[in-house]
Amino acid sequence: MIVPSTFDSTLCVLLIALLPLAPAGLALLNCGLGRSRSAAQSLLGALCLIAVASVVYFAWGFSLEGFAGGHAHSLRIGGVAWNWVAAGPLFLRGLSGSSLYAAAFQVFAVSLAALIPWGSGADRWRLGTACISTALLAGFVYPLFAHWVWGGGWLAQLGATFHLGGGFADPGGAATMQVLGGIAALVVVWILGPRRGKFQRSGPPAVIPAHHIAYVLFGCMVAMVGWLALNLLGAVLFAGLGGSALAITEVNTLLCASGALLAALLVTRLRFGKPDASLCANAWIGGLVASSAVAALVSPGAALFTGVVAGGVLPPAIEILELRCGIDDPSGGIAVHGLSGIWGLLVVGFLGRDASGGQMIAQLVGIATLLGLVLPVLYVLYWLLNRAIPFHTHPHGEHIGMDLHELGSGAYPEFVMHTDEFAPR
Amino acid sequence: MKLAGLGLLVSGWFIVVSALCLLPQPGRRAAFISAGMLVELLGLFLVGRAHRESLEAQE
Repeated sequence: MIVPSTFDSTLCVLLIALLPLAPAGLALLNCGLGRSRSAAQSLLGALCLIAVASVVYFAWGFSLEGFAGGHAHSLRIGGVAWNWVAAGPLFLRGLSGSSLYAAAFQVFAVSLAALIPWGSGADRWRLGTACISTALLAGFVYPLFAHWVWGGGWLAQLGATFHLGGGFADPGGAATMQVLGGIAALVVVWILGPRRGKFQRSGPPAVIPAHHIAYVLFGCMVAMVGWLALNLLGAVLFAGLGGSALAITEVNTLLCASGALLAALLVTRLRFGKPDASLCANAWIGGLVASSAVAALVSPGAALFTGVVAGGVLPPAIEILELRCGIDDPSGGIAVHGLSGIWGLLVVGFLGRDASGGQMIAQLVGIATLLGLVLPVLYVLYWLLNRAIPFHTHPHGEHIGMDLHELGSGAYPEFVMHTDEFAPR
Repeated sequence: MKLAGLGLLVSGWFIVVSALCLLPQPGRRAAFISAGMLVELLGLFLVGRAHRESLEAQE
């Protein structure tokens, strides 16, 4: 880990104060993209998941993740030491200097990762099981993978041990937060199944529209500020950047999101005759997700290119997931965080600061670890949890809405709720 | 089919890690890592297919 200067230390503290805007924006997005009868449960759930994730991570998560240069356990295989888990202190005790900034950054980062599956399981995921699965994510899966990438683990050391560029590069958390969250969302959707009435016996799936598109679009603006803080902190703490390079990181973040939005605007205009607001909002977030990988490591032109491709691919990807794969993902989290994050990580391999064949291989190894190890582990953990305590709410609960079923009152008590007659596609 | 898909996902990752350890030549290493990723994608496809089939059975 890089030791920040006095100026950078002040900057880190200020940026950490802005970080909560990223999960806040995502929570608004999740709420707006779901149904009105689950709006209060969605926002309360977001607060609960942030609380569970931060407490669990504080208690023992950070001890598994640690920081670069800290105590860790290694396995010696093939003449190479594989640094696989940290031996850090419980309850963040004894931390100081740069390790303390990293810990503070991670407490918010793990909250962001926890909110991604919550949006995908909207309108049918019970809050209790969501909290327990978040505890597993924040206390076990996230810290291990984040140690491999940010804590001096084996993925970070691929450059030193196997001469693969500078090792797996992910300064803003595209892999550790976004793709990991996207994978968790995919597993949750597989286990939960679709919402009631989404897929019919015959005909195409029903359209269940977002209930409050103003929340969604405002959430995008709020998330932008949080993402700027996220990418800048990543650049300072994990890429060792400072000074004017930080200004480029800010510009790249905006360019990536802007390129993605404009591309999605064009694609949805061509596909549906009019721009689609929810898909454009998804593309904006997709651009921000891709920027987490590239913002600190590429030129502004490359950042714009990354965003344009991420935003252009997103609408058809969301459509394919729903129509061809039977995935009911109200927030689009699987494509937005999973696919866009993977795309950003690949771009670092061929357009990044240290772009080379070796760097590309390092990026591929990181992505392969997410798909080939993290996904099956999460699937088994969540499958076992679902056997013990079912994820999916009672059919009656889904019918009356999660607000009434779990909280006893709705988010909009003076408004008339719609019936289940969804618009045909 | 779901189990086979999950098995292929893990197998693909083992191919990738084995290529890192056993193949020092960059060309061969890249080829085996790409092959490992293809195995993972096949596993992902199988798990997705199993999910789709269970959905159709429920309908």
